Amino acid sequence: MTPPSLLDISPATRLGRGTRTPYLLSLPALLLFASVVVVPLGMTVALSFHDWGQYKGIVPVFILKNWHEVFSDSYYGEMFWRTFRIALLVTLFSAVFGAPEAYILNRMKSPWRGVFLLVILGPLLISVVARTLGWALLFGGKSGLVNAVLLSLGLISEPLPFMFTETGIVVALTHVLMPYMVLAVWAALQRLDPQVENAAITLGAGPFTVLRRIVLPQAMPGILSGAVIVFALAASAFATPAIIGGRRLKVASTLAYDEFLNTLNWPLGATVAVLLLLALVLIVFGANRWVERRYAQVFG
Amino acid sequence: MAFLQLENLTKRFGLQTAVDGLWLGVEKGEFVSLLGPSGCGKTTTLQMIAGFVEPTSGAIRLEDRDLLAVRPAQRGLGVVFQSYALFPHMTVAQNVSFGLEMRGVAAAERTRRVGETLELVGLGSFSERFPRQLSGGQQQRVALARALVIRPRILLLDEPLSNLDAKLREEMQIELRQIQRTVGTTTLLVTHDQAEAMALSDRIVVMNKGRAEQIGPPYEAYERPASPFVASFLGKTNLVGGVAVRPERISFAASGLAGTVRTRIFQGNHWLYQVETSSGLVTVIRQNTGQEMPAEGAAVHLEFPALHEARGGGSQDRRGPKS
Repeated sequence: MTPPSLLDISPATRLGRGTRTPYLLSLPALLLFASVVVVPLGMTVALSFHDWGQYKGIVPVFILKNWHEVFSDSYYGEMFWRTFRIALLVTLFSAVFGAPEAYILNRMKSPWRGVFLLVILGPLLISVVARTLGWALLFGGKSGLVNAVLLSLGLISEPLPFMFTETGIVVALTHVLMPYMVLAVWAALQRLDPQVENAAITLGAGPFTVLRRIVLPQAMPGILSGAVIVFALAASAFATPAIIGGRRLKVASTLAYDEFLNTLNWPLGATVAVLLLLALVLIVFGANRWVERRYAQVFG
Repeated sequence: MAFLQLENLTKRFGLQTAVDGLWLGVEKGEFVSLLGPSGCGKTTTLQMIAGFVEPTSGAIRLEDRDLLAVRPAQRGLGVVFQSYALFPHMTVAQNVSFGLEMRGVAAAERTRRVGETLELVGLGSFSERFPRQLSGGQQQRVALARALVIRPRILLLDEPLSNLDAKLREEMQIELRQIQRTVGTTTLLVTHDQAEAMALSDRIVVMNKGRAEQIGPPYEAYERPASPFVASFLGKTNLVGGVAVRPERISFAASGLAGTVRTRIFQGNHWLYQVETSSGLVTVIRQNTGQEMPAEGAAVHLEFPALHEARGGGSQDRRGPKS
């Protein structure tokens, strides 16, 4: 075997302690990750196979009762379907409003760009609970500010339904999650050569054609990665659906919470939580693989 | 009336004047270069013709029609950008085809013309590649093909070769000139590289601080610079006793201005000398003819051409060699 040359700067050689050093250095982080993520996750998965009864509590056996219940009772099917329908709508609206917002932001000149970036990102500095309660204050029943004003003006005879509706959850979640979409699209647009739009114009393209054929396709990887983030966050969101939907309109995360803390049926709650996690991992990884394969050749 | 006419074209950005009352007529089929240092207004001029920048005052007329009244998308000009500005999400063929699509050219005709133009720039077999998979020189050719395929009334080139390495740049210069001769498109090149401007153009516009210091054929501008700026920007110049003398016109002789060789640099086809004399440092370029040349530290005498010759050319070759 030839001795390692001086120019060989692979970390293992440079540190001169075989291949063990990098692992030793990352050991603390790995231990932390294992103890606060992997172990509880494993326990949750195990919990989903345990039995539970009103009077006997959790029985540590291996049964498929919870999984059978979740898959056979249409109540759960409907609830999961609602969760992903809401997430899909939130993703769609975030893209429809967020992508143009990012494009406009990208074209703004120096002082205004900073101001509007702050306007868009500002909400991220406020707790999700506070932001969602804001919507509740505006639209909650007859006393909600917007409803009260519209009622007193005689424009509506009934308060606009917002609380405990899917529409309400979608609107509030879109508001909460849109900054992620704007940031993702903006990052993609910043890689765009500003001359490319001029090139299309000199070739005879009108403003709409430039947007549709030149800008949008190049923003697409950003829109798709933003969509993956927003979808995952929307499907697993807890605070917003809990405040707007409450007990009347449950999604997967609020259901798991209720099973854990109100019904105290931990095994069933764990089953719902694990199923939500599995579905999300599959969707996110699937989407990511698809995006990478679709755009590898073009953007690398 | 010239084919393309710039009339008192002026552009101010705030207090700064980028282009200052520029007059220029370009004939049909002519290759004209706007040459000057950065900030001289050459790029702004090109952008005004392309329509990306609105002139403060003045007029641009193409075939005797007011070009400023036409929207940029309708001007029918071919532009090659410094960054090439290819559409990264389209293949080479789709890039070149885009302008034809915008003109509503039928699919079969489009395919034919795209193929033809790609052959012209030597990229016939690359049509299905994406820009990312091409070298800088190849991307350059795609950009040129994309601009030429629409049969533009004028081809505008914005520093098209500045992102290429020296050897490739020289090859592309020759190719660019051949292509332009073949197609016959009226061409306006913006460059800061005097060698490039001289190699390619029928006429050069030497610009400085928004003004045209000299407009003329490369040989004339080099031999009879209209101003000290032009003389120093086009090649090297010595100012000896108030007279500008090109370094290649000075020779070593048995008598003449005495001096000492400070530095001697070998550059293959010629030697570059810095000679210390009583009237300052003089740059001398001598062709490499295989003969022994004075070494560093050697005492030499410099012979200058007669005054009328120093200004450039004898009276019999005022118009310069036919190119």
